[in-house]
Amino acid sequence: MPILVEERRPVGPPPPIKPADRGGEGDFGESGSAFPLSKGQIGVWILLTAIIMLFAGLSSAYIVLRGVPSWQNIELPSLLWPNTAVLLLSSVAVELSRRAIRRDDIQSMKSWLAVGGALGLTFLIGQLAAWRQLVNAGVYLPSTLQSSFFYILSGLHGLHLLGGVVALGIVLVMALRNRLTSLRYEPLKLCATYWHVLDGLWVYLFLLLLLS
Amino acid sequence: MSESHTGEHVHHELGFWRKYVFSTDHKIIGIQYLITAMSMAVVGGTLSMLMRYQLAWPSMISPTLGKLMPDAFAGGVMKPEFYVSLVTMHGTIMVFFLFTAVLTGGFGNFLIPLQIGARDMAFPFLNALSYWVFLLSCIVIFSALFVTTGAPLGGWTSYAPLSAIPAAGPGQGTGVTLWITAIALFTASGLMGGLNYITTILTMRTRGMSMMRLPLTQWSLLITAILALLAFPVLLAAGILLMFDRMGGTSFFVPAGIIMNQMPIEHSGGHPLLWQHLFWFFGHPEVYIVVLPAMGMASDILSTFCRKPIFSYRMMVYSMIAIAVLSFVVWGHHMFVSGMNPFLGSVFTLTTLLIAVPSAIKTFNWLGTVWGARIRFTAAGLFAIGFVSMFVSGGLSGIFLGTSAADIQLQDTYFVVAHFHLVMAIAPLFAAFGGLYFWFPKMFGRFMNETLGRIHFWLTFIGVYCVFFPMHIIGIGGQMRRIYDPTQYMFLVPQQPVNVFISIAAFILGAGQLIFLFNFLFSIFAGKRVLERNPWHATTLEWTAPTPPGHGNFGEELPVVYRWPFDYSVPGEKEDFIPQTVPATVVAKQ
Repeated sequence: MPILVEERRPVGPPPPIKPADRGGEGDFGESGSAFPLSKGQIGVWILLTAIIMLFAGLSSAYIVLRGVPSWQNIELPSLLWPNTAVLLLSSVAVELSRRAIRRDDIQSMKSWLAVGGALGLTFLIGQLAAWRQLVNAGVYLPSTLQSSFFYILSGLHGLHLLGGVVALGIVLVMALRNRLTSLRYEPLKLCATYWHVLDGLWVYLFLLLLLS
Repeated sequence: MSESHTGEHVHHELGFWRKYVFSTDHKIIGIQYLITAMSMAVVGGTLSMLMRYQLAWPSMISPTLGKLMPDAFAGGVMKPEFYVSLVTMHGTIMVFFLFTAVLTGGFGNFLIPLQIGARDMAFPFLNALSYWVFLLSCIVIFSALFVTTGAPLGGWTSYAPLSAIPAAGPGQGTGVTLWITAIALFTASGLMGGLNYITTILTMRTRGMSMMRLPLTQWSLLITAILALLAFPVLLAAGILLMFDRMGGTSFFVPAGIIMNQMPIEHSGGHPLLWQHLFWFFGHPEVYIVVLPAMGMASDILSTFCRKPIFSYRMMVYSMIAIAVLSFVVWGHHMFVSGMNPFLGSVFTLTTLLIAVPSAIKTFNWLGTVWGARIRFTAAGLFAIGFVSMFVSGGLSGIFLGTSAADIQLQDTYFVVAHFHLVMAIAPLFAAFGGLYFWFPKMFGRFMNETLGRIHFWLTFIGVYCVFFPMHIIGIGGQMRRIYDPTQYMFLVPQQPVNVFISIAAFILGAGQLIFLFNFLFSIFAGKRVLERNPWHATTLEWTAPTPPGHGNFGEELPVVYRWPFDYSVPGEKEDFIPQTVPATVVAKQ
């Protein structure tokens, strides 16, 4: 069991000297911003906000159309259950990787990251197999409103997750080249944030599709 | 995403292509946005001239136009579907590819790092990518004018089911596909830009530049970027569903039982109003995405040329935030006649009229700024004052249209055309002109010609009122918004002379803009040189940078900010302005 230590923070340049009584919460240009979030974190959250709004738009359309008389529920492919479990496990793996690097355990960070990425890929293949299941059952994109939504929601989510897999791959390459340390691991942190939110998004979409 | 330039990189020299074309420098990207958007404005403006020609002389046979554009003017008379495609393309180009692009892409890119004291944007590469994707979207929408089946016909709002069925009209095939593609690309470009604007303003302010010391332009750009971030993805969602309706056989927006050209359409079960809800959930915030940066820029310019602090800075900031929040709960006022429950209509009326409160606060503050000022009537200052005039004129008719009882009468008439042109097109246009005259010296190191600028202002100011004011009257008289030939209804025929008057005024107005274009292009190369950093005696940081600023903006040392951006005419001071970089101790009084 590794010993739990308090999260170490990178030692940055000294905080800016504020001109006395002149206020100012800005930073010194490049050195250590006074803003509590880094550029990368803000960037990722902005990207995630846009993704969340995209799916908010789509799910509001879903909720509106669920009320029309011609709405027909489809039987969702049974594979979605194991897929969801795999995706949740991948989130656990990515989180374990993030925690490993915080205690400087580079080796298990790399392994968990690889596991997370592999589970993510498994989920994507599983989603394609779920589409296959539906097609075999004779349910296509235009068959009913719900089937249209199912293909579009899961497809768009899959595309965004694929982006996440690519990002995890890039971080893994960085890790293999030993460019990540317990003091500098923002790329992994950003990836983990993106990954968890997209996992949460899938759970939401799955519930939305289930609870029709 | 590369990190921003650090101090060591200030001086490195690049070749021509990297410096002026494939640049990651925010100033070059800003100017690229400006010039691309201005080119789109020339296209959009030309289309509106053709529309005015048709509305004034609907059945005149013109052999010249028939020869020039045989497809559009069969036998010398404009075809109805061509007219409707003009309406669509004019609206789309002006709303997205001119106003959204010029204000946030052009001025946003140029001004954000300069006014907050940063060397560049947070993610310069992403910023450059944003421009190139924007350029691609411009090319895609422009190409819609040249496809054999014609440009899209559905209006800039692309209402379903007209837009959802490719067989619905000649332009509804390839034309609408190009429209959706262009909007999707534009959304992607806007997201990359917005990501930069928000991150840069939040994290890269120089020492001493607290949020409450930001120029109002910066506040407006920050709020606009957040609005765009929340609104554009919803339009993208709607666009994706629309694309699937057109190409994937789905029926999100197409109800059952539609018969098109004597052929039943196979779709069933969709909801055409859903498109309107999704579109306007984006569409109303879009109005403020255009107007807010204009408000911010006009405020700063107004204060500079009035030599007075902006009246009530904090309320200016809070009212912009209030407008942004309210803009998400008013979209129903675009749909009062869609069969909406009257109670819901009343709710949307209430939220819409609430926006009048922060808007009136802002107007009051502009008047408070101008009040008692010794105004310097430069072209930039005149356009900033003109902005207030247009915003008030267009805003007042908004009160009628926002009230469901009145709107049901006025919906889809020229009253609406007059309203939205004044408030969301002409007002931002005035702010953009003001901004160009004002920041041109910083951009290019030369002045634009003041005399031509003032002639341009008066022609535009009078021209715009001659064009849009009579539209209120013919709108109340019943002229429909997208009508191709007003003389086809007996009750509209007596109004026809007004249409002729509007068209002549529009042609003069259009010719007036040529003066501006000439002045702009001529001044880049041969304008009077700017010999100082701060020719307007303004206070904000961009005027402490060299003219034009080099790569890295501020030389070796970043400026330090000690005060708010509106220290004009401080009592007891020799100069009537104190730049933000002057320490407080130097000024003993106040």
